[in-house]
Amino acid sequence: MALDDIYKETILDHYKNPRNKRELPGAVVTCTKNNPLCGDEITVAANLEDGKLLEVAFEGAGCSISQSSASMMTESVGGKTVGDAMSLAADVRGMLAGEVEPDEDVFGDLVALKGVVKYPIRIKCAVLAWDVLQEAVSDGGAASGGAAH
Amino acid sequence: MAVTERRAGSIDVESVRADFPILGRTPHGKKLVYLDSANTSQKPRQVIDTVSEYYREHNANLYRAVYELAEEATAMFETARLKLAAFIGAPDPTTVVFNRGTTESINLVANGWGRRFLKEGDEVLLTDMEHHSNIVPWQLVANATGAVLRYLPLTEEGSLDLTNLESLITERTKVLAVTGQSNVLGTLPPLKELASAAHAVGAVVVVDGAQLVPHNPVDVVDLGIDFLTISGHKMLGPTASGGLYGRRELLDAMDPFLGGGEMIMEVFPDHSTYKEPPHKFEAGTMNIAQEIGLAAAIDYLESLGMDAVREHEKQLTAYAIGRLEDAGAVVHGPKDVEVRGGAVSFWYRDIHPHDLAQVLDQEGVCVRASHHCAQILMRHLGVPATTRASFYVYNTTEDVDALVDALARAEAVFA
Repeated sequence: MALDDIYKETILDHYKNPRNKRELPGAVVTCTKNNPLCGDEITVAANLEDGKLLEVAFEGAGCSISQSSASMMTESVGGKTVGDAMSLAADVRGMLAGEVEPDEDVFGDLVALKGVVKYPIRIKCAVLAWDVLQEAVSDGGAASGGAAH
Repeated sequence: MAVTERRAGSIDVESVRADFPILGRTPHGKKLVYLDSANTSQKPRQVIDTVSEYYREHNANLYRAVYELAEEATAMFETARLKLAAFIGAPDPTTVVFNRGTTESINLVANGWGRRFLKEGDEVLLTDMEHHSNIVPWQLVANATGAVLRYLPLTEEGSLDLTNLESLITERTKVLAVTGQSNVLGTLPPLKELASAAHAVGAVVVVDGAQLVPHNPVDVVDLGIDFLTISGHKMLGPTASGGLYGRRELLDAMDPFLGGGEMIMEVFPDHSTYKEPPHKFEAGTMNIAQEIGLAAAIDYLESLGMDAVREHEKQLTAYAIGRLEDAGAVVHGPKDVEVRGGAVSFWYRDIHPHDLAQVLDQEGVCVRASHHCAQILMRHLGVPATTRASFYVYNTTEDVDALVDALARAEAVFA
């Protein structure tokens, strides 16, 4: 195992220059969760229309894996239907469990998270944003979750 | 058993290191730099061999069996009790209860003493730097009894703020439960002063000794405390070894915690009578091999001398604080090594502790990155987590240098 298995350029780029990290006033759905293991905290806010995620933003603090995963997620699910976003979330989880070989065309930057599979304790960090998104849209409205784990 | 030679008042670290087989590991091709002894310590071959020999030569269950093996196992187990009692200055070995360590011990006191004697409105005084294992058992008991939890605050530096002690220790205070040495900050609270203030109002003093006992000479009589918890795995012993010291009058008066075989005198359909302490608190098959291994760990520590252990860690801690601060790290907790032990938590250049620990791991450096089961303290410090390096008898200044070098590597990745 080498350090660049986990800290790929893409991950460091999203960590240092997070995309869509902002408040989303008037968001239709929002949810916050934390990972008590390391104190990562992520809030995801999204605007939904006709079952489609129009705009997805996040706020939070934590390690590079949790925050870059959130950043990449907002880019990859924006514009998708809730169904497609949840399907991608399932595939990301599958990739992190070592069970899904990512299709680079579908995954885009998210492929960079593949290396986390070798670091089991960090998988929770990578999954956190996806858990928050899932809870936000499954409630279909304002929700505030508790601890993710 | 072979013991390590030592020079008076100091530790011969190279010969100590030779006793720890695991230090020969080379994670990621690097020399192992183990800086997580506050989490669990490594084990010398004397402990490993003792446990192995017990299973190879003496294994049997305690007390009841009438054959040679069982008599040997029982004698070894009870000898371990004598050793642990002597190690903490307890004159009466029946005041030492064996169990899995601090978490189980605090649960024992909270349930056995707390549920029996706490009433609605009584207060349990904790501090803002307690480990969750010295908070949650009291919360559970407070919920059941109507007792109220109070917390001694901390100073900016991370010592206990005793300026309002008199308003917090009152006639309502029935228990003071305090750490002997903070697992995050290394802070050594003034136990004698606290015990005396608590006893002045008739409160019982419980000391979480998980970090205190492995690193300092301890004498329960001199400290004047009522209960002390001991985690064997943090003091070179096997996991799930250790126990509880309790003043005999208190052990006699309180209820058992776990019920089962071996802790009873007679069992009737609707009630039972119990053995005398310590057996009243030792239900079921005990952690025999572990406590026998702990006795070997105590022999090892005593061969070094606990004064020398403390001195060694003071020197390492002072060196580490200096080097970390020079490298740009913010070190939490008191800086004066006279009032702190060798658990050094720090924040380094806004690199998240998890990321930092991951990079350090690649360099063979093992540290802990977490809230250290002290979320109340993390809120006080205003951080989600810290990186913690902690030292023991086998650590050297070269280990500290390796840590600081690895920090530079992390900075290169995340800058």
